[in-house]
Amino acid sequence: MSEEQNFDEPLNIEALKTGDRHELAKMVELYSDQVYRVALKMLNNPSDAEDVLQETFIKAMRAIKNFQERSTISTWLYRIAVNESLMFLRKQKPEAVVIEEEPQNNEDQDYSAIQVVDWCCLPEKEFLSSESRAHLNEAIQNLPAKFRSVFILRDIEGLSIRETAEALNLTETNVKTRLLRARMRLREDLTQYYGERMAEVKNE
Amino acid sequence: MNKVHHCKELVSSLSDYVDGSLSEELCLELEKHLLDCENCTVVVNTLKKTIDIVQEQKTQDKIPSDVKQRLFYRLNLAEFGKEETP
Repeated sequence: MSEEQNFDEPLNIEALKTGDRHELAKMVELYSDQVYRVALKMLNNPSDAEDVLQETFIKAMRAIKNFQERSTISTWLYRIAVNESLMFLRKQKPEAVVIEEEPQNNEDQDYSAIQVVDWCCLPEKEFLSSESRAHLNEAIQNLPAKFRSVFILRDIEGLSIRETAEALNLTETNVKTRLLRARMRLREDLTQYYGERMAEVKNE
Repeated sequence: MNKVHHCKELVSSLSDYVDGSLSEELCLELEKHLLDCENCTVVVNTLKKTIDIVQEQKTQDKIPSDVKQRLFYRLNLAEFGKEETP
């Protein structure tokens, strides 16, 4: 029990750098949820996410000596977690990464495809069902990786635009553009899904 | 049509709008447009709802305790992984 005593205090970076075991354990305790969540959302597979989780902390513990305090430990870990996830994806399905490199769609094309169905009025339980949750995870998984990473950090983890830019080594403008696209695509996907649900609910 | 053109232009501001980070000027313009454009209103509402749904789910995604224990073990910090911190 004594190990828990000061987990509420901020991390002592100097102690981390000297490899203090208690401080390293505290880092894991504080940030393993967020790293696991990112890996899970990036990969949508618990066992792959666990691999990435472990790799992320192994890398972090190795690299902590060189940690530059320009960003927070949290942002730094997000960065490693996203990079590890991308590396994992590249190893698993190299073809998926090739698709990422293709030129972006022309914006008009994106926007002319907008579906307009007001599904907000569905009963709240519709959004909480396990089927609905599984669909959402799949929809997030279907976002191109470069949109997905932005979306995960900003909308799931709640980082600011600036922090997201820092973690992903992007400009803030770039983050905003990708975020808009990710959100609109996801909205599109959910509109398709809940639009069908609306028709079904009516008939139930 | 003119109106459709206007909608397309505004789409690029929607993300900032739902974040509340749109400039006052654009915000007023967008809100004025929303008053008489039902389609854009639906798009804004469903976009907000999309983000809400994602955020509601977040709280359910905690690392399972066995995964965390294996992590501590893998990092040679096993003695810290045994106790469940509340």
